[in-house]
Amino acid sequence: MAEEILARIKDEFSKKILKVFEKSSRRIYIDFDAKDIPEVVSFLFREMGGRLATATGIDTRKNIEILYHFSFDSSGTIISLRTLIDKKNPEIESVTPIIKGAEWIEREMHELLGVNFRNHPNLKRLLLPEDWPERKYPLRRE
Amino acid sequence: MAKTIIPVGPYHPLQEEPEFFKLLVEGEKVLELEIELGYNHRGIEKIAESKSYDQVIFLVERVCGICSTSHPIASVNALEDLAGIRVPERALYIRSIIGEMERLHSHLLWLGLAGHFIGYNTVWMWAWKYREPVLDIFERITGNRQHYAMMKVGGVRRDIESDDIPGIWKMVDGLLPALDMFKGAVMDDPVIHARLKGVGILTKEDVVAYGAVGPTARASGVAIDVRKDDPYAAYPLVDWQVITQEEGDVFAKAVVRILEMYESIKIVKGCLDKLKLVGGEIDAKVKEIPPGEGIGRHEAPRGEVFHYVRSDGSNRPVRYKVRAPSYMNVPTNQKSVVGGTVSDATITLAAVDPCYCCTERVAVVDRKTGRKGLTGQELIKLSQEKTLRIKKEMVV
Repeated sequence: MAEEILARIKDEFSKKILKVFEKSSRRIYIDFDAKDIPEVVSFLFREMGGRLATATGIDTRKNIEILYHFSFDSSGTIISLRTLIDKKNPEIESVTPIIKGAEWIEREMHELLGVNFRNHPNLKRLLLPEDWPERKYPLRRE
Repeated sequence: MAKTIIPVGPYHPLQEEPEFFKLLVEGEKVLELEIELGYNHRGIEKIAESKSYDQVIFLVERVCGICSTSHPIASVNALEDLAGIRVPERALYIRSIIGEMERLHSHLLWLGLAGHFIGYNTVWMWAWKYREPVLDIFERITGNRQHYAMMKVGGVRRDIESDDIPGIWKMVDGLLPALDMFKGAVMDDPVIHARLKGVGILTKEDVVAYGAVGPTARASGVAIDVRKDDPYAAYPLVDWQVITQEEGDVFAKAVVRILEMYESIKIVKGCLDKLKLVGGEIDAKVKEIPPGEGIGRHEAPRGEVFHYVRSDGSNRPVRYKVRAPSYMNVPTNQKSVVGGTVSDATITLAAVDPCYCCTERVAVVDRKTGRKGLTGQELIKLSQEKTLRIKKEMVV
Protein backbone atom coordinates (compact mmCIF):
# COMPACT_ATOMS: atom_id res chain seq x y z
CA MET A 1 0.00 0.00 0.00
CA ALA A 2 2.79 2.40 0.92
CA GLU A 3 4.50 1.55 -2.39
CA GLU A 4 1.33 2.42 -4.33
CA ILE A 5 1.07 5.80 -2.60
CA LEU A 6 4.73 6.57 -3.26
CA ALA A 7 4.44 5.43 -6.90
CA ARG A 8 1.47 7.72 -7.49
CA ILE A 9 3.30 10.74 -6.03
CA LYS A 10 6.41 9.91 -8.06
CA ASP A 11 4.26 9.59 -11.17
CA GLU A 12 2.60 12.97 -10.65
CA PHE A 13 5.64 14.97 -9.55
CA SER A 14 8.56 13.10 -11.16
CA LYS A 15 10.37 16.33 -12.07
CA LYS A 16 9.71 18.15 -8.83
CA ILE A 17 10.84 15.56 -6.29
CA LEU A 18 14.27 16.44 -4.92
CA LYS A 19 14.81 13.36 -2.77
CA VAL A 20 12.96 10.34 -1.39
CA PHE A 21 13.92 8.73 1.91
CA GLU A 22 12.14 5.53 2.92
CA LYS A 23 12.82 5.35 6.64
CA SER A 24 10.69 2.23 7.02
CA SER A 25 7.80 0.55 5.21
CA ARG A 26 5.25 3.02 6.62
CA ARG A 27 7.36 6.17 7.09
CA ILE A 28 8.42 8.00 3.91
CA TYR A 29 10.03 11.45 3.60
CA ILE A 30 9.94 13.35 0.28
CA ASP A 31 11.83 16.59 -0.31
CA PHE A 32 10.32 19.38 -2.42
CA ASP A 33 11.15 22.95 -3.27
CA ALA A 34 9.08 25.41 -1.19
CA LYS A 35 7.34 26.83 -4.26
CA ASP A 36 5.90 23.40 -5.14
CA ILE A 37 4.44 22.74 -1.68
CA PRO A 38 0.87 24.10 -2.27
CA GLU A 39 0.49 22.03 -5.43
CA VAL A 40 1.75 18.84 -3.77
CA VAL A 41 -0.31 19.43 -0.61
CA SER A 42 -3.42 20.00 -2.71
CA PHE A 43 -2.82 16.76 -4.63
CA LEU A 44 -2.20 14.69 -1.49
CA PHE A 45 -5.26 16.11 0.28
CA ARG A 46 -7.81 16.41 -2.54
CA GLU A 47 -6.84 13.64 -4.95
CA MET A 48 -5.31 11.03 -2.66
CA GLY A 49 -7.33 11.51 0.54
CA GLY A 50 -4.34 12.20 2.77
CA ARG A 51 -5.00 13.68 6.21
CA LEU A 52 -2.68 16.44 7.41
CA ALA A 53 -1.76 15.09 10.86
CA THR A 54 0.43 18.08 11.66
CA ALA A 55 3.46 20.01 10.43
CA THR A 56 6.79 20.30 12.22
CA GLY A 57 9.03 23.35 11.94
CA ILE A 58 12.73 22.98 12.78
CA ASP A 59 15.48 25.57 13.00
CA THR A 60 18.49 23.79 11.43
CA ARG A 61 20.65 26.90 12.05
CA LYS A 62 21.16 27.48 8.31
CA ASN A 63 17.52 27.07 7.28
CA ILE A 64 14.06 26.64 8.64
CA GLU A 65 12.89 23.15 7.74
CA ILE A 66 9.17 22.38 7.49
CA LEU A 67 7.73 18.87 7.45
CA TYR A 68 4.09 18.36 6.45
CA HIS A 69 3.07 14.98 7.86
CA PHE A 70 0.29 13.38 5.81
CA SER A 71 -1.37 10.28 7.18
CA PHE A 72 -2.87 7.76 4.76
CA ASP A 73 -5.05 6.00 7.27
CA SER A 74 -6.17 3.00 5.26
CA SER A 75 -2.56 1.78 5.04
CA GLY A 76 -1.06 3.39 8.17
CA THR A 77 1.51 5.20 6.02
CA ILE A 78 2.88 8.64 6.86
CA ILE A 79 4.27 10.69 3.98
CA SER A 80 6.25 13.67 5.29
CA LEU A 81 6.85 16.44 2.75
CA ARG A 82 10.10 18.19 3.60
CA THR A 83 11.07 21.66 2.44
CA LEU A 84 13.82 24.11 3.41
CA ILE A 85 13.29 27.85 3.50
CA ASP A 86 15.72 30.71 3.97
CA LYS A 87 16.25 31.56 7.65
CA LYS A 88 16.85 35.27 6.96
CA ASN A 89 13.48 35.64 5.31
CA PRO A 90 11.43 32.56 6.22
CA GLU A 91 8.40 32.67 3.96
CA ILE A 92 6.17 30.07 2.36
CA GLU A 93 2.70 29.91 0.85
CA SER A 94 0.00 28.99 3.38
CA VAL A 95 -1.85 25.69 2.89
CA THR A 96 -4.80 26.78 5.07
CA PRO A 97 -6.82 27.85 1.98
CA ILE A 98 -6.52 24.18 0.88
CA ILE A 99 -6.88 22.48 4.29
CA LYS A 100 -8.89 24.29 6.96
CA GLY A 101 -7.26 22.16 9.66
CA ALA A 102 -3.85 23.74 8.93
CA GLU A 103 -4.89 27.10 10.37
CA TRP A 104 -3.69 26.53 13.95
CA ILE A 105 -0.65 24.53 12.82
CA GLU A 106 0.60 27.47 10.73
CA ARG A 107 -0.28 30.06 13.35
CA GLU A 108 1.75 28.13 15.93
CA MET A 109 4.77 27.81 13.61
CA HIS A 110 4.46 31.51 12.79
CA GLU A 111 4.79 32.61 16.41
CA LEU A 112 7.28 29.97 17.60
CA LEU A 113 9.66 30.01 14.60
CA GLY A 114 8.82 33.26 12.83
CA VAL A 115 7.70 31.71 9.54
CA ASN A 116 5.53 33.99 7.43
CA PHE A 117 2.75 32.04 5.75
CA ARG A 118 1.66 34.03 2.70
CA ASN A 119 -2.11 34.33 2.18
CA HIS A 120 -2.98 32.79 5.55
CA PRO A 121 -6.51 34.02 6.39
CA ASN A 122 -5.81 34.73 10.07
CA LEU A 123 -2.11 34.78 10.91
CA LYS A 124 -2.23 35.94 14.52
CA ARG A 125 -0.78 34.44 17.69
CA LEU A 126 -2.15 31.14 18.95
CA LEU A 127 -0.38 30.18 22.17
CA LEU A 128 1.96 33.00 23.20
CA PRO A 129 0.58 35.79 25.40
CA GLU A 130 -0.23 39.22 23.96
CA ASP A 131 2.66 40.90 25.79
CA TRP A 132 5.29 38.51 24.39
CA PRO A 133 7.94 40.67 22.60
CA GLU A 134 7.79 41.01 18.81
CA ARG A 135 10.38 39.11 16.73
CA LYS A 136 11.32 36.84 19.62
CA TYR A 137 10.82 33.23 18.51
CA PRO A 138 11.08 30.60 21.27
CA LEU A 139 11.99 27.65 19.02
CA ARG A 140 14.77 29.46 17.13
CA ARG A 141 18.39 28.56 17.93
CA GLU A 142 20.34 31.77 18.33
CA MET B 1 -32.10 41.78 16.03
CA ALA B 2 -29.00 43.05 17.85
CA LYS B 3 -25.91 40.86 17.92
CA THR B 4 -24.35 40.07 21.28
CA ILE B 5 -21.07 38.53 22.33
CA ILE B 6 -21.27 35.89 25.06
CA PRO B 7 -17.85 35.16 26.57
CA VAL B 8 -17.29 31.63 27.87
CA GLY B 9 -13.98 31.52 29.73
CA PRO B 10 -11.02 31.95 30.02
CA TYR B 11 -11.98 29.82 33.00
CA HIS B 12 -14.80 27.69 31.72
CA PRO B 13 -17.60 27.73 34.30
CA LEU B 14 -18.20 23.98 33.93
CA GLN B 15 -15.00 22.45 32.65
CA GLU B 16 -12.55 24.34 34.89
CA GLU B 17 -10.45 24.66 31.78
CA PRO B 18 -8.46 27.71 30.72
CA GLU B 19 -9.76 28.23 27.22
CA PHE B 20 -11.75 31.15 25.92
CA PHE B 21 -14.77 30.72 23.63
CA LYS B 22 -16.30 33.92 22.28
CA LEU B 23 -19.82 33.27 21.01
CA LEU B 24 -21.36 35.88 18.71
CA VAL B 25 -25.12 35.41 19.04
CA GLU B 26 -28.30 36.85 17.61
CA GLY B 27 -31.11 36.03 19.98
CA GLU B 28 -30.56 32.37 20.82
CA LYS B 29 -28.65 31.51 17.66
CA VAL B 30 -24.85 31.26 17.54
CA LEU B 31 -23.51 33.09 14.47
CA GLU B 32 -19.78 32.86 15.03
CA LEU B 33 -17.34 31.21 17.40
CA GLU B 34 -13.87 32.48 18.16
CA ILE B 35 -11.49 30.31 20.19
CA GLU B 36 -8.55 31.69 22.15
CA LEU B 37 -6.06 29.40 23.85
CA GLY B 38 -2.54 29.37 25.24
CA TYR B 39 -3.43 29.99 28.89
CA ASN B 40 -1.86 26.68 29.77
CA HIS B 41 1.11 26.74 27.35
CA ARG B 42 4.12 25.32 29.17
CA GLY B 43 6.65 25.13 26.34
CA ILE B 44 7.09 21.34 26.65
CA GLU B 45 8.59 21.01 23.14
CA LYS B 46 11.28 23.51 24.08
CA ILE B 47 11.93 21.87 27.47
CA ALA B 48 12.29 18.48 25.71
CA GLU B 49 15.36 19.78 23.85
CA SER B 50 17.18 20.09 27.16
CA LYS B 51 16.24 16.63 28.53
CA SER B 52 17.74 13.21 27.93
CA TYR B 53 15.55 10.69 26.07
CA ASP B 54 14.74 8.87 29.32
CA GLN B 55 13.61 12.16 30.87
CA VAL B 56 11.61 13.16 27.77
CA ILE B 57 9.25 10.22 28.32
CA PHE B 58 8.54 11.40 31.87
CA LEU B 59 8.17 14.96 30.58
CA VAL B 60 5.61 14.16 27.87
CA GLU B 61 3.64 12.13 30.42
CA ARG B 62 2.89 15.56 31.95
CA VAL B 63 1.34 16.94 28.74
CA CYS B 64 -2.02 15.64 29.92
CA GLY B 65 -3.33 14.59 33.28
CA ILE B 66 -6.20 12.43 32.04
CA CYS B 67 -4.67 10.49 29.19
CA SER B 68 -1.25 10.55 30.81
CA THR B 69 0.07 7.34 29.22
CA SER B 70 -0.93 8.38 25.67
CA HIS B 71 2.01 10.68 25.13
CA PRO B 72 4.60 8.24 26.53
CA ILE B 73 3.27 5.49 24.20
CA ALA B 74 3.53 7.82 21.18
CA SER B 75 6.97 8.87 22.40
CA VAL B 76 8.38 5.35 22.69
CA ASN B 77 6.81 4.49 19.32
CA ALA B 78 8.63 7.49 17.78
CA LEU B 79 11.98 6.61 19.35
CA GLU B 80 11.62 2.93 18.44
CA ASP B 81 10.80 3.97 14.84
CA LEU B 82 13.90 6.19 14.86
CA ALA B 83 16.25 3.53 16.21
CA GLY B 84 14.55 0.47 14.69
CA ILE B 85 14.06 -1.30 18.01
CA ARG B 86 12.11 -4.54 18.47
CA VAL B 87 10.14 -4.68 21.69
CA PRO B 88 9.74 -8.02 23.58
CA GLU B 89 6.25 -9.49 23.11
CA ARG B 90 5.34 -9.47 26.81
CA ALA B 91 5.96 -5.69 26.98
CA LEU B 92 3.58 -5.15 24.03
CA TYR B 93 0.69 -6.73 25.97
CA ILE B 94 1.47 -4.65 29.03
CA ARG B 95 1.49 -1.46 26.92
CA SER B 96 -1.95 -2.24 25.49
CA ILE B 97 -3.40 -3.12 28.91
CA ILE B 98 -2.25 0.23 30.32
CA GLY B 99 -3.49 2.09 27.20
CA GLU B 100 -6.93 0.49 27.32
CA MET B 101 -7.46 0.83 31.06
CA GLU B 102 -6.69 4.50 30.54
CA ARG B 103 -9.34 4.70 27.80
CA LEU B 104 -11.82 3.11 30.22
CA HIS B 105 -11.30 5.66 32.98
CA SER B 106 -11.06 8.57 30.53
CA HIS B 107 -14.33 7.69 28.75
CA LEU B 108 -16.05 7.19 32.12
CA LEU B 109 -14.81 10.61 33.20
CA TRP B 110 -16.21 12.19 30.02
CA LEU B 111 -19.50 10.34 30.35
CA GLY B 112 -19.90 11.67 33.89
CA LEU B 113 -19.07 15.24 32.85
CA ALA B 114 -21.40 15.06 29.85
CA GLY B 115 -24.20 13.92 32.18
CA HIS B 116 -23.39 16.78 34.53
CA PHE B 117 -23.46 19.35 31.70
CA ILE B 118 -26.98 18.43 30.66
CA GLY B 119 -28.22 18.27 34.26
CA TYR B 120 -28.24 14.47 34.48
CA ASN B 121 -26.23 14.33 37.68
CA THR B 122 -27.10 10.69 38.41
CA VAL B 123 -24.99 9.64 35.42
CA TRP B 124 -22.20 11.87 36.69
CA MET B 125 -22.18 10.28 40.16
CA TRP B 126 -22.46 6.72 38.87
CA ALA B 127 -19.87 7.11 36.10
CA TRP B 128 -17.31 8.53 38.47
CA LYS B 129 -18.09 5.85 41.04
CA TYR B 130 -17.28 3.15 38.49
CA ARG B 131 -14.15 5.01 37.39
CA GLU B 132 -12.62 4.58 40.84
CA PRO B 133 -11.94 0.80 40.67
CA VAL B 134 -10.00 1.39 37.42
CA LEU B 135 -7.79 3.94 39.17
CA ASP B 136 -7.36 1.60 42.14
CA ILE B 137 -6.06 -1.11 39.80
CA PHE B 138 -3.66 1.41 38.28
CA GLU B 139 -2.39 2.24 41.74
CA ARG B 140 -1.97 -1.43 42.52
CA ILE B 141 0.00 -2.34 39.40
CA THR B 142 1.91 0.89 38.72
CA GLY B 143 1.94 2.65 42.10
CA ASN B 144 0.02 5.67 40.80
CA ARG B 145 -3.58 6.60 39.93
CA GLN B 146 -2.25 8.85 37.18
CA HIS B 147 1.20 9.32 35.58
CA TYR B 148 1.98 5.62 35.70
CA ALA B 149 5.53 5.94 34.28
CA MET B 150 5.18 2.50 32.69
CA MET B 151 6.63 3.21 29.24
CA LYS B 152 10.30 3.16 28.31
CA VAL B 153 12.13 2.87 25.00
CA GLY B 154 12.35 -0.84 24.21
CA GLY B 155 9.69 -2.01 26.66
CA VAL B 156 7.98 -1.20 29.92
CA ARG B 157 9.32 -0.28 33.36
CA ARG B 158 7.28 -2.72 35.43
CA ASP B 159 5.91 -6.17 34.83
CA ILE B 160 2.31 -7.12 35.53
CA GLU B 161 2.76 -9.95 38.01
CA SER B 162 0.68 -13.10 37.68
CA ASP B 163 -1.00 -12.46 41.05
CA ASP B 164 -2.17 -9.05 39.74
CA ILE B 165 -4.05 -10.64 36.84
CA PRO B 166 -7.13 -11.93 38.77
CA GLY B 167 -7.61 -8.44 40.27
CA ILE B 168 -7.59 -6.76 36.86
CA TRP B 169 -9.91 -9.42 35.48
CA LYS B 170 -12.34 -8.93 38.37
CA MET B 171 -12.29 -5.16 37.89
CA VAL B 172 -13.12 -5.23 34.16
CA ASP B 173 -15.78 -7.91 34.74
CA GLY B 174 -17.27 -5.72 37.45
CA LEU B 175 -17.41 -2.85 34.99
CA LEU B 176 -19.53 -4.75 32.44
CA PRO B 177 -22.88 -4.53 34.28
CA ALA B 178 -22.19 -0.83 34.91
CA LEU B 179 -21.57 -0.31 31.18
CA ASP B 180 -24.82 -2.13 30.39
CA MET B 181 -26.57 0.26 32.73
CA PHE B 182 -25.00 3.35 31.09
CA LYS B 183 -25.80 1.99 27.66
CA GLY B 184 -29.43 1.74 28.69
CA ALA B 185 -29.43 5.08 30.51
CA VAL B 186 -28.15 6.90 27.44
CA MET B 187 -29.25 4.88 24.42
CA ASP B 188 -32.78 3.98 25.55
CA ASP B 189 -33.75 7.19 27.34
CA PRO B 190 -36.22 9.39 25.38
CA VAL B 191 -35.11 12.49 27.34
CA ILE B 192 -31.47 12.00 26.34
CA HIS B 193 -32.58 11.42 22.73
CA ALA B 194 -34.52 14.69 22.80
CA ARG B 195 -31.60 16.55 24.35
CA LEU B 196 -28.68 15.20 22.29
CA LYS B 197 -29.94 13.92 18.94
CA GLY B 198 -29.42 16.34 16.06
CA VAL B 199 -27.41 18.65 18.34
CA GLY B 200 -23.98 19.94 17.31
CA ILE B 201 -23.72 17.95 14.08
CA LEU B 202 -20.28 17.56 12.54
CA THR B 203 -20.47 16.27 8.97
CA LYS B 204 -18.04 13.86 7.34
CA GLU B 205 -16.81 16.69 5.09
CA ASP B 206 -16.07 18.85 8.15
CA VAL B 207 -14.08 16.00 9.74
CA VAL B 208 -11.94 15.74 6.60
CA ALA B 209 -11.50 19.53 6.26
CA TYR B 210 -10.45 20.00 9.88
CA GLY B 211 -8.48 16.76 10.15
CA ALA B 212 -10.46 15.72 13.23
CA VAL B 213 -9.45 12.47 14.95
CA GLY B 214 -10.64 9.89 17.47
CA PRO B 215 -14.26 9.53 18.62
CA THR B 216 -14.99 12.97 17.12
CA ALA B 217 -14.18 11.58 13.64
CA ARG B 218 -15.62 8.10 14.25
CA ALA B 219 -19.00 9.53 15.37
CA SER B 220 -19.26 11.19 11.95
CA GLY B 221 -18.69 7.94 10.08
CA VAL B 222 -14.94 8.36 9.47
CA ALA B 223 -13.47 5.03 10.55
CA ILE B 224 -9.95 6.07 11.53
CA ASP B 225 -8.19 4.51 14.49
CA VAL B 226 -4.40 4.34 14.76
CA ARG B 227 -4.66 1.05 16.66
CA LYS B 228 -6.07 -0.63 13.52
CA ASP B 229 -4.57 1.57 10.76
CA ASP B 230 -0.94 1.68 11.90
CA PRO B 231 -0.76 -1.30 14.31
CA TYR B 232 1.55 -1.09 17.33
CA ALA B 233 1.79 -2.56 20.84
CA ALA B 234 -0.50 -5.65 21.13
CA TYR B 235 -3.44 -4.22 19.16
CA PRO B 236 -2.90 -6.46 16.09
CA LEU B 237 -2.51 -9.52 18.36
CA VAL B 238 -5.94 -9.52 20.03
CA ASP B 239 -9.51 -9.41 18.75
CA TRP B 240 -11.50 -6.13 18.79
CA GLN B 241 -13.51 -3.78 16.55
CA VAL B 242 -13.42 -0.09 15.59
CA ILE B 243 -16.69 1.60 16.65
CA THR B 244 -18.32 4.13 14.32
CA GLN B 245 -21.62 5.99 14.11
CA GLU B 246 -22.94 7.96 11.15
CA GLU B 247 -24.88 10.90 12.59
CA GLY B 248 -22.05 13.15 13.83
CA ASP B 249 -24.18 14.69 16.62
CA VAL B 250 -23.47 14.75 20.35
CA PHE B 251 -25.54 11.59 20.81
CA ALA B 252 -23.38 9.70 18.30
CA LYS B 253 -20.22 10.82 20.10
CA ALA B 254 -21.62 9.52 23.39
CA VAL B 255 -22.59 6.18 21.79
CA VAL B 256 -19.12 5.77 20.25
CA ARG B 257 -17.43 6.27 23.61
CA ILE B 258 -19.79 3.93 25.48
CA LEU B 259 -19.41 1.14 22.92
CA GLU B 260 -15.65 1.66 22.77
CA MET B 261 -15.39 0.79 26.45
CA TYR B 262 -16.69 -2.74 25.68
CA GLU B 263 -13.91 -3.07 23.09
CA SER B 264 -11.32 -1.84 25.60
CA ILE B 265 -12.45 -4.56 28.02
CA LYS B 266 -12.11 -7.12 25.21
CA ILE B 267 -8.55 -5.93 24.54
CA VAL B 268 -7.59 -5.97 28.23
CA LYS B 269 -8.94 -9.53 28.64
CA GLY B 270 -7.26 -10.69 25.42
CA CYS B 271 -3.93 -9.28 26.60
CA LEU B 272 -4.29 -10.79 30.08
CA ASP B 273 -4.87 -14.22 28.54
CA LYS B 274 -1.68 -13.83 26.49
CA LEU B 275 0.30 -12.60 29.51
CA LYS B 276 -0.33 -15.95 31.17
CA LEU B 277 1.32 -17.72 28.21
CA VAL B 278 4.03 -15.29 27.08
CA GLY B 279 6.91 -14.92 29.50
CA GLY B 280 10.35 -13.49 29.05
CA GLU B 281 11.89 -10.06 29.03
CA ILE B 282 9.91 -6.82 29.27
CA ASP B 283 12.71 -4.54 28.12
CA ALA B 284 15.02 -4.59 25.08
CA LYS B 285 17.67 -2.70 27.13
CA VAL B 286 18.35 0.10 24.67
CA LYS B 287 21.69 1.81 25.26
CA GLU B 288 21.61 4.77 22.90
CA ILE B 289 19.54 6.56 20.25
CA PRO B 290 21.34 6.93 16.89
CA PRO B 291 21.05 10.02 14.65
CA GLY B 292 17.87 10.14 12.57
CA GLU B 293 14.18 10.95 12.74
CA GLY B 294 11.14 9.06 13.90
CA ILE B 295 7.36 9.34 14.03
CA GLY B 296 5.21 7.69 16.68
CA ARG B 297 1.46 7.64 17.13
CA HIS B 298 -1.02 6.34 19.65
CA GLU B 299 -4.80 6.28 19.64
CA ALA B 300 -5.46 8.19 22.86
CA PRO B 301 -9.01 8.27 24.33
CA ARG B 302 -9.51 11.56 22.43
CA GLY B 303 -7.87 10.47 19.18
CA GLU B 304 -4.50 10.28 17.48
CA VAL B 305 -1.47 11.57 19.39
CA PHE B 306 1.38 12.41 17.01
CA HIS B 307 5.04 12.72 18.01
CA TYR B 308 7.99 13.57 15.76
CA VAL B 309 11.53 13.35 17.09
CA ARG B 310 14.90 14.17 15.54
CA SER B 311 18.19 13.01 16.98
CA ASP B 312 21.78 14.00 16.16
CA GLY B 313 23.19 11.02 18.05
CA SER B 314 23.59 12.79 21.38
CA ASN B 315 21.46 11.85 24.40
CA ARG B 316 18.98 14.70 23.83
CA PRO B 317 16.56 15.39 20.97
CA VAL B 318 17.33 18.19 18.51
CA ARG B 319 13.61 18.73 17.95
CA TYR B 320 10.63 17.19 19.68
CA LYS B 321 7.18 17.84 18.21
CA VAL B 322 3.96 16.92 20.02
CA ARG B 323 0.48 17.14 18.56
CA ALA B 324 -2.38 16.22 20.86
CA PRO B 325 -5.80 15.15 19.51
CA SER B 326 -7.73 18.11 20.97
CA TYR B 327 -5.56 20.40 18.83
CA MET B 328 -7.36 19.02 15.77
CA ASN B 329 -10.76 18.46 17.43
CA VAL B 330 -11.41 21.75 19.25
CA PRO B 331 -11.49 23.87 16.02
CA THR B 332 -14.32 21.66 14.69
CA ASN B 333 -16.58 23.52 17.13
CA GLN B 334 -16.58 26.32 14.56
CA LYS B 335 -18.82 24.01 12.53
CA SER B 336 -20.72 22.10 15.19
CA VAL B 337 -21.55 25.02 17.53
CA VAL B 338 -22.26 27.69 14.89
CA GLY B 339 -25.87 27.59 13.73
CA GLY B 340 -27.05 25.97 16.96
CA THR B 341 -28.50 27.63 20.04
CA VAL B 342 -26.63 29.02 23.03
CA SER B 343 -28.13 26.35 25.28
CA ASP B 344 -26.66 23.62 23.06
CA ALA B 345 -23.23 25.26 22.91
CA THR B 346 -21.98 23.97 26.29
CA ILE B 347 -22.66 20.29 25.62
CA THR B 348 -21.42 20.60 22.02
CA LEU B 349 -18.16 22.20 23.16
CA ALA B 350 -17.78 19.37 25.65
CA ALA B 351 -18.63 16.65 23.12
CA VAL B 352 -15.14 16.57 21.58
CA ASP B 353 -13.91 15.79 25.11
CA PRO B 354 -11.37 18.62 25.25
CA CYS B 355 -8.34 17.60 27.25
CA TYR B 356 -7.64 19.33 30.53
CA CYS B 357 -5.07 18.78 33.23
CA CYS B 358 -6.04 17.30 36.55
CA THR B 359 -2.80 18.07 38.25
CA GLU B 360 -4.16 19.95 41.24
CA ARG B 361 -2.59 18.94 44.53
CA VAL B 362 -3.92 18.72 48.06
CA ALA B 363 -2.84 21.29 50.66
CA VAL B 364 -2.41 19.92 54.18
CA VAL B 365 -2.27 22.30 57.15
CA ASP B 366 -0.87 21.13 60.45
CA ARG B 367 -3.13 22.71 63.10
CA LYS B 368 -0.52 22.68 65.86
CA THR B 369 2.38 24.22 63.94
CA GLY B 370 0.37 25.96 61.22
CA ARG B 371 2.80 24.51 58.65
CA LYS B 372 1.29 24.25 55.16
CA GLY B 373 2.05 21.65 52.55
CA LEU B 374 4.00 18.41 52.61
CA THR B 375 7.56 17.72 51.58
CA GLY B 376 8.27 15.46 48.62
CA GLN B 377 9.47 12.71 50.96
CA GLU B 378 6.28 12.89 53.04
CA LEU B 379 4.11 12.71 49.91
CA ILE B 380 5.99 9.66 48.66
CA LYS B 381 5.63 8.00 52.06
CA LEU B 382 1.86 8.68 52.15
CA SER B 383 1.50 7.41 48.59
CA GLN B 384 3.42 4.21 49.31
CA GLU B 385 1.38 3.55 52.44
CA LYS B 386 -1.85 3.94 50.48
CA THR B 387 -0.66 1.64 47.70
CA LEU B 388 0.18 -1.04 50.25
CA ARG B 389 -3.24 -0.60 51.86
CA ILE B 390 -4.99 -0.96 48.48
CA LYS B 391 -2.95 -4.06 47.67
CA LYS B 392 -3.98 -5.61 50.98
CA GLU B 393 -7.68 -4.75 50.50
CA MET B 394 -7.72 -6.08 46.96
CA VAL B 395 -6.39 -9.56 47.61
CA VAL B 396 -8.43 -11.79 45.34
